[in-house]
Amino acid sequence: MLKGKHLIEPGDLTIEELEAIFTLADAIIQDPKKYSDTCKGHLLATLFYEPSTRTRFSFEAAMLRLGGEIIGFSEPNSSSVSKGESIGDTIRTIGCYADIAVMRHPKEGAPKLASKHATIPVINAGDGGHQHPTQTLTDLLTIRSYRKSISNNVIGLCGDLKFGRTVHSLVKALSRYEHMKFVFIAPPELEIPPYIIEELGDHPYDRTSSLEDAMPELDILYMTRIQKERFFNEEDYLRLKGYYILDQKKLEHAKEDMIIMHPLPRVDEIHTEVDQDPRAIYFNQAKYGMYVRMALIVKLLGLGGDLHA
Amino acid sequence: MLKINGIKRGIVIDHIKAGLGYKIYKELKLDQANYTTALIKNVCSNKLGKKDLIKIDNVIDFDLNILGLIDPGLTITIIEDEKVVDKIKLSVPEQVEGILTCKNPRCVSTIEHIDNILFTLVDPEKKEYKCEFCDTRTSL
Repeated sequence: MLKGKHLIEPGDLTIEELEAIFTLADAIIQDPKKYSDTCKGHLLATLFYEPSTRTRFSFEAAMLRLGGEIIGFSEPNSSSVSKGESIGDTIRTIGCYADIAVMRHPKEGAPKLASKHATIPVINAGDGGHQHPTQTLTDLLTIRSYRKSISNNVIGLCGDLKFGRTVHSLVKALSRYEHMKFVFIAPPELEIPPYIIEELGDHPYDRTSSLEDAMPELDILYMTRIQKERFFNEEDYLRLKGYYILDQKKLEHAKEDMIIMHPLPRVDEIHTEVDQDPRAIYFNQAKYGMYVRMALIVKLLGLGGDLHA
Repeated sequence: MLKINGIKRGIVIDHIKAGLGYKIYKELKLDQANYTTALIKNVCSNKLGKKDLIKIDNVIDFDLNILGLIDPGLTITIIEDEKVVDKIKLSVPEQVEGILTCKNPRCVSTIEHIDNILFTLVDPEKKEYKCEFCDTRTSL
């Protein structure tokens, strides 16, 4: 069903395909050893045109835990990109060596451009401030696991909603599920772009700059970092940095069963005292990220047969 | 009154919103043509108040999408043997390729040479299109 497909944005997968990935991820979580040789003899290329420890490690760990191997670069200066090679040429060449490729790029749409030239599945591991679909798979699997259902939730998204690709992808994905409400919590300078609002369809949504006001209604609080690397102007970054800091006091008004998510890395937008709160699940979220990437790789490679159905 | 002779075989682009005639004239590269052309500006029009008009004394190929993008209200008349043989009405094209450029400085098209970026109409009123790569909205 998924063999040979690219994952460039969450909409590339149907709800059924997402469910198949989550079901496999659940099976891997239950019995990781059973899947430790699934990708034996297969090669994952990690094409990281900008630094990312977390996502790259998550993919590498996923492939290694499936028994596969890895090649790639973690910064363009160490590859032919520094010689001016085009994205199309790079992916065509990589396709001669590897079975599947993961691309992180600072320019928006770069993985989509790669997919147009690719002979192997391409996974978007983040393109500028645009999309980050595997973070979305991570988030959906986490919500599904902790809230029992992806539907029927009120989600508050807080912080950098303008450049936050994780938010863009997640909103786009969640808008496909039933009975969702979105609360966008951001300073005016970092509000959610209009094209993302258009993705909501008939789902209700609110906009506010007050985290405190939004808190009591939320089933899920999705915190994000104000990303220094997305600003052209240092002054703007410094002014907006630290706009929202989640601490225990703010959580007094939250529901007991609310979950606090964060795509990580955290800077100072969640106080470390919150880490002990049972509602804080962001580190487990990272673990779900590795499992869901394992399931995605297996599915895109078309491996496993009945064992992973 | 300005008099422009009729054409035997050619194209008349009529009902151009006043002020857009020159843009279309340039876009169709008529300023470089070696056959007779006429750009007439600010013609009185019952429908538009004022309009621009282009007469081309030749049958040329051009992309209707470009004209639809600039002014979907204009009409194109094809003339053969001094008779009207076809009239074309335009609309805002749903998709355009190779005409627009993405204005997002973060778009991959700013660093890679991409010949024909596909733009899809998202707001017919504002004639806004989204880039196939970065989804950013743009217009002509």
